[in-house]
Amino acid sequence: MSGAPAAIWVAACAADDVEREDVVRFDHDGRTYAIYHSPDDAYYATDGLCTHEEAHLAEGFVSGTIIECPKHNGRFDYRTGEAKGAPVCVNLKIYPVKIEAGRIFIDLA
Amino acid sequence: MAVESRARDYSLIGPEGAKAQEKGLAGAAWYQSPIPRKQLKDLMQRSDGPALRDTAIWIAALALSGSAAAWLWGTWWCVPAFFVYGVLYGSSSDSRWHECGHRTAFKTRWMNDVVYQLACFMILREPTVWRWSHARHHTDTIIVGRDPEIAVPRPAYIPGILLNLFALKSGAKAVRLLFIHAAGRLAPEEETFIPEAEHGRVYVVARIYLAIFAAVAAACAAVASILPAMLIGLPTFYGGWLAVVFGVTQHAGLAEDILDHRLNSRTVTMNPLLRFLYWNMNYHVEHHMFPAVPYHALPRLHAVVKSDCPPPYPSLWAAYAEIVPALLRQSKDPSYCVRRMPGAVAGSR
Repeated sequence: MSGAPAAIWVAACAADDVEREDVVRFDHDGRTYAIYHSPDDAYYATDGLCTHEEAHLAEGFVSGTIIECPKHNGRFDYRTGEAKGAPVCVNLKIYPVKIEAGRIFIDLA
Repeated sequence: MAVESRARDYSLIGPEGAKAQEKGLAGAAWYQSPIPRKQLKDLMQRSDGPALRDTAIWIAALALSGSAAAWLWGTWWCVPAFFVYGVLYGSSSDSRWHECGHRTAFKTRWMNDVVYQLACFMILREPTVWRWSHARHHTDTIIVGRDPEIAVPRPAYIPGILLNLFALKSGAKAVRLLFIHAAGRLAPEEETFIPEAEHGRVYVVARIYLAIFAAVAAACAAVASILPAMLIGLPTFYGGWLAVVFGVTQHAGLAEDILDHRLNSRTVTMNPLLRFLYWNMNYHVEHHMFPAVPYHALPRLHAVVKSDCPPPYPSLWAAYAEIVPALLRQSKDPSYCVRRMPGAVAGSR
């Protein structure tokens, strides 16, 4: 018996809604998420608020595989959630993503 | 109407911080002028080119004026050379640490970090302390009890501002903190905004700074002249006046405790030379509203949002024509502030 919880796939937005090397915001069930489209045409999802002071990352700047917080310029690798140095010290939670019929689903399990 | 004559407590460890939190002013959402995402994304694009060009000019001008000053040492001709060198060292470093602290000046991260470290030393702002201090300044801009960078508290202490033209107050405080940090301690206020994991870094850098100053003092003793200190260390003091002239315009006399940078910050139009020295920080409303936009894109950002902002001050003179009377009035009535957009709804997004 596996200890991993069953996936809970939630439709977030159309894949076309996220430009390449950009991010959009997705709110669901009282929480906010950020959906990314990388330069190599892959999609990723993270928590939507910066771990430093809760600014919305979807208002930030995507450069390659880095999302930069719009408020204090803290940077994360959105593929892994890794915080890349002050003023962000806590990693970002990431979520699995899949594309079906042109829509982006994220696993919120 | 009763006039509030009692000065507020601007300390981060006094009662005002808790009051700000109770009022929802700490870590709050701020007003932003609406900009289409595509346009904002374009404005946020990074580039090494402008900052490499500007930094090369800056370093070359420092080297040239510093060499001239040293060569002319002992004659009156060294005075204008030190004047130029001092402004480049003690004043232009202000905007350089600031922009590179945001890591937006260059696209390449290590370039931001190198110039940040150099400029922090020049203006005597310890890099780790000021990185965290400035993050708080952006979170809680001019929120009393929360913002550690309120340059002109009410009522304004005018002699203090004048002393700071030569960094006599701010520099003395910076030196005192260097010794505290080198001894392995932080000031109580600093503990409120610097995470514990960063404390060790503060102590190490403070010891490095003191070692550099000790080496400069030893060099002065060795050559029986203050020339080495005139080139390293003292320019922070004799050349810092322009940073104060620029810096006071940013927020002085404007509203406190309001979640709208249009009401607590100033944008001042300046000529290209001053904008080079100040790295476009005269677009201060725009910078606070969108700190991810690099300095070289601020004039374009200004053009995009200007219809939603108060008109910029046409010159430093125009800014001071408002600031000086406002500060004098605040000395009698600390509740007074300049209100430029009475119709603005603060905090709305």
